[in-house]
Amino acid sequence: MSNPQIEIQLIAAVVAMACAIPGVFLVLRKMALISDAISHSILPGIVIGFFITQDLNSPLLILLAALFGVITVVMVEAIQKTGLVKEDTAIGLVFPVLFSVGVILIAKNASDVHLDIDAVLLGELAFAPFDRLIVTGADWGPKSLWIMGSILLLTLSLLVLFFKELKVSTFDAGLSSALGISPVIMHYGLMSVSSITVVGAFDAVGAILVVALMIAPAATAYLLTEDLKKMIGLSLLFGVVSAISGYWAANFLDASISGSIATTLGVIFLMIYLFAPKRGLISVLYRQKQQRIEVSLITFLLHLNRHEEESERHINHLQEHINWRAVRARTVLNLAEKNNLVQITNNVVSLTEKGLAFTEKSLAYIINNRDEKIEPMKEDFFLFRG
Amino acid sequence: MNQKIAVQIDDLTVAYNYKPVLWDIDLTVPEGVLMAIVGPNGAGKSTLIKAILGIIKPIAGSISIYGKPYTKQRKLVAYVPQKGSVDWDFPTTALDVVMMGTYGSLGWIKRPGEKEKKIALESMEKVGMLPYKNRQISQLSGGQQQRVFLARALVQDASIYFMDEPFQGVDATTEIAIINILKELRKAGKTVIVVHHDLQTVPEYFDWVTFLNVKKIATGPVKDIFNDDNLTKTYGINYKVAVNK
Ligand SMILES: Nc1ncnc2c1ncn2[C@@H]1O[C@H](COP(=O)(O)OP(=O)(O)OP(=O)(O)O)[C@@H](O)[C@H]1O
Ligand SMILES: [Mg+2]
Repeated sequence: MSNPQIEIQLIAAVVAMACAIPGVFLVLRKMALISDAISHSILPGIVIGFFITQDLNSPLLILLAALFGVITVVMVEAIQKTGLVKEDTAIGLVFPVLFSVGVILIAKNASDVHLDIDAVLLGELAFAPFDRLIVTGADWGPKSLWIMGSILLLTLSLLVLFFKELKVSTFDAGLSSALGISPVIMHYGLMSVSSITVVGAFDAVGAILVVALMIAPAATAYLLTEDLKKMIGLSLLFGVVSAISGYWAANFLDASISGSIATTLGVIFLMIYLFAPKRGLISVLYRQKQQRIEVSLITFLLHLNRHEEESERHINHLQEHINWRAVRARTVLNLAEKNNLVQITNNVVSLTEKGLAFTEKSLAYIINNRDEKIEPMKEDFFLFRG
Repeated sequence: MNQKIAVQIDDLTVAYNYKPVLWDIDLTVPEGVLMAIVGPNGAGKSTLIKAILGIIKPIAGSISIYGKPYTKQRKLVAYVPQKGSVDWDFPTTALDVVMMGTYGSLGWIKRPGEKEKKIALESMEKVGMLPYKNRQISQLSGGQQQRVFLARALVQDASIYFMDEPFQGVDATTEIAIINILKELRKAGKTVIVVHHDLQTVPEYFDWVTFLNVKKIATGPVKDIFNDDNLTKTYGINYKVAVNK
């Protein structure tokens, strides 16, 4: 690997991590859209900053842009508070306006400088290593690596310091404010950090990838875990993995790096969405099917348990009595027989001893549904799956 | 009576979008009572509690907790919100939610440790939720969720407890478990303020009651003021509730 290659991957990975952290909280607060809004409406901040400093990498740009990010949030909330429109509509009203103001400012005053809209939206990671940080004549590496590295450091320290505050204010704003942890301060803190991250990152990777890097890793991690810390860890991992593999995919396909990374993010999300062990689509469907069979099995056993008379238990009349389609009756009967829950003598089905014990347990389970005693019983209950 | 005053409210008015939902409320809650706030849906019961806790800013009036503003008395107050006010899919366990009750006394930045965990576990034990401590909260039943919130309020070890409909959607066993804990709190000298909908059980559970419907209708000992007259004024229709005197 050549030096620029390593540097590009390093930048991509650092950007991915810096985006993943605020992303987790945006996703949990159901505010994914706001990152999209911020990534566009910071443009006037950048343009104004550029007019003042004439330098695209000045920290003032980041601060002004972050300010516009917060202004976006304030405006969205103000419109929402009127009660006339919902949040998504308010977002849709605000950011195109701010973005267009930025575009007009560029067209009117800066059409001759390097600030074109394609670069803003799509970015180009391949060029990032060419913009070097030169201090006292020495080359300190790509500028964007330094910028994003600092932002990542800032975000990480804030996360570690305020983890419990972020958690409680996201989960239960009412309690949080009652405990003296102002959810308003946490909200605007998060919005400021998100804005700073978006601004720092967009120059290197473009606004669209920034949004993808904020939302996709967190949304993917959300499908896999029930623990906030793990969710953050997984988001960081997915972000970095997508960044690196996206880079190599781009190399291989000779395509845009940002585009490849965004695509990788989407593919990883899709895979997890389909195959996640607990909340994945396939396992949910599978579980539902299992549960349906299990419920049928219990219904069937209860029926046998309740009816002494042979006519009710005759193999040819079972399906009429329980009112099932033939296929389902067959499946359930086979399952019961396979597990030695029933025996068939002279075409009459009856419960075995094991079947009787199981039926009683199931009945207890159904009735005790609210009791602590369920926990150890669950093992037995799902024993006969599959 | 020579009791201390736990909560004192004067001329309180609260509005959403400039539409007042609480009008000119005066209310004095003495220390050590177990008080029900009753009133129809939309009467402003939740709003009253939120205003006392500083979650909503009133447009007029003053509120004090033991003589001082709430912001100075946070550690004295615990709060169980009305159900459905949190995101149940949040990635967190029952134990973790109960631990959140300790965040107030910890203050900013400091993190909960073994001591906080021990307190949380004890409190989960009290409400019978210990077997579920590692469950993700969305996998708990409604009554179990309510118990988790109660446990969280208990770890706050406050002097005044506010509970917004703790009996909503819970079964008889849980209701009895909760009311027994509340009665224990009162015995320990705490003040407990509960938004309550089941008028039948008011005389049995509570010793103090406030009737609320945008304005305060009445407040005082259950045995003196829990009568048809006040119920009719509050609910607008004639309630036939058997009041055992
Ligand atoms: N966030 C809000 N924005 C605007 N109006 C609100 C808001 N919250 C409550 N209201 C209105 O304020 C009034 C009082 O609401 P509140 O929640 O205090 O009623 P409540 O007495 O607790 O009712 P319930 O018994 O249904 O819980 C209602 O008319 C309600 O519609
Ligand atoms: Mg309410």
